[in-house]
Amino acid sequence: MFVPFLVLRNALRHKLRTILTLVGIVVAIVAFGLLRTIVDAWYLGAEATSAARLVTRNAISLVFPLPLNYAQKIRQVPGVTGVAAANWFGGVYITESNFFPQLAIDPGPYLDMYPEYRLSDAERKAFVLDRQGAVVGRKLADRFGWKIGDRIPLRGTIYPGTWTFTLRGIYDGADSKVDETQFFFQWAYLNERIKQIYPRRADSVGVYIVEINEPGRAAEISERIDATFKNSLAETLTETEKAFQLGFVAMTETILVAVQAVSFVIIVIIMAVMANTMAMTARERYSEYATLKAIGFSNGFVASLIFAESLGIALAGGIVGIALTFPVAGAFGAALSTLFPIFAISRETILMQIGCALVVGLVAALIPAWRAARVRIVDGLRAVA
Amino acid sequence: MTDALSSALVAIRDLSKSYIRGDQIIPVLVDIDLDVAAGDFIALMGPSGSGKSTLLNLIAGIDKPTGGQIRVAGIDIAQLTDSELAAWRAAHVGFIFQFYNLMPVLTAFQNVELPLQLTSLSRRERHERVENTLALVGLADRMEHYPNELSGGQQQRVAIARALIADPTLIVADEPTGDLDRTTAAEILDLLGRLNRELGKTIVMVTHDPKAASHAARLVHLEKGVLVA
Repeated sequence: MFVPFLVLRNALRHKLRTILTLVGIVVAIVAFGLLRTIVDAWYLGAEATSAARLVTRNAISLVFPLPLNYAQKIRQVPGVTGVAAANWFGGVYITESNFFPQLAIDPGPYLDMYPEYRLSDAERKAFVLDRQGAVVGRKLADRFGWKIGDRIPLRGTIYPGTWTFTLRGIYDGADSKVDETQFFFQWAYLNERIKQIYPRRADSVGVYIVEINEPGRAAEISERIDATFKNSLAETLTETEKAFQLGFVAMTETILVAVQAVSFVIIVIIMAVMANTMAMTARERYSEYATLKAIGFSNGFVASLIFAESLGIALAGGIVGIALTFPVAGAFGAALSTLFPIFAISRETILMQIGCALVVGLVAALIPAWRAARVRIVDGLRAVA
Repeated sequence: MTDALSSALVAIRDLSKSYIRGDQIIPVLVDIDLDVAAGDFIALMGPSGSGKSTLLNLIAGIDKPTGGQIRVAGIDIAQLTDSELAAWRAAHVGFIFQFYNLMPVLTAFQNVELPLQLTSLSRRERHERVENTLALVGLADRMEHYPNELSGGQQQRVAIARALIADPTLIVADEPTGDLDRTTAAEILDLLGRLNRELGKTIVMVTHDPKAASHAARLVHLEKGVLVA
């Protein structure tokens, strides 16, 4: 008990200095956690994908559609068990700032492929039967206070005009990684309206979601699908749902690398600050360390006092920082819910935060502990005299 | 020579210490021969820079000689490694410094208990010893006080109690009254005298003050690194 007691008393000796150091570590750990969570949130769409789902799109670009009749041909490829059309809608609810993803889908096959969207049988049936019906995620419904039966108008941007939907269901995610901010409505309704307004754009599909029976054969099945449409007017590019999502992430990869770099730079900065504090602390106590050594305590004991103090401060800052990361990330996630539908601190981030606190504590103590252990007793004693 | 080495508590032969500064060798102690018998109270005197503190540091095992021998209770401490010396100091040497060198974050009780942390004594045994020793130096009512709550004389008494607590073979005191007023200095010297006479403690004290030195049983003078008396 003697060592922890001495370490604690020493740490509390210059309260202001210790508190300021702690605050620095807390801020650094919170910032690190927040930045790591932003990076995680970016990748979360890819992580929430299924290996049993492929996405087939136009090989030229995602903005070019695919013919409706491709669905039947894809269905005939061996290994394919389901196909569902999906179109990005890009509508605006009241104002642009209310952004949320909207997709026109084949309700039956699409929902069959996404068991992670949990919807009651009654709500699913109501959605399938209502051509103007819509299903939304729980977070989205809560955000706008929508209830079943509400009429929701969207102003189309890709497909102009006002589109009004009746909310028929609210899905819950099977786990925390499932995006609950999406808005689904019937692809048939979209196609029906387009036929009336822009007949030439009718019967075309943004992407096909393809379900396969053996995820291990994803590459082979993808090749077969693409081979089916080789040399056609709309050649396809089929990839796993994860690769499809990562394609979006790749567009912003430079930003992500920068965010990751900044998160580590913050740790390096606080490491330097902490090292300076510990160096100053150790220098002030050379005569005490020399006295301890004269009395018979070993060099290792003196070094361990410095390491323990540094680690104690860093870990205390780390724990407070981790605890504060949750409300800070909660507020951050709520403020940017349109950009990051899922903003959750991962276990890996918490472990990294603990790791960073430990590394900061260890590295900061390294040189002061080495110096204090090496200082000659007579020189140390002279430091006070 | 061998007999002398074995009979004295501290036996010093041909001891030398020099420092290297740049390409210059600066001798601090030259061919010192000195015996300190068990129960002796020696005052090392000399002007500034005469090497008295260096000699004390060598006897206490906190510095290493350039040449010669220092045997304390039969152990040639010049041959011990750093970790062996640390263990040896813990068991055999009690230190009293000019500026007390107490841990400011520990109470008088905890400061005195410090050397006992290196022993296998139980908590109860340690506490009993600390209470008795603090009572011996007249600080039974100041146990829970921190150094900054004590006067200079009281702090030096705590330091004396800390030097005594592990019942060392030898007590070394470097200008123990150098930071105290005359009255307090006299009290501290009386206390050291009592420890020597009543408890038989062997004390080696460095001082430049003849009044302080008069409390010792024997005076040893150093001048320019050489023993003169």
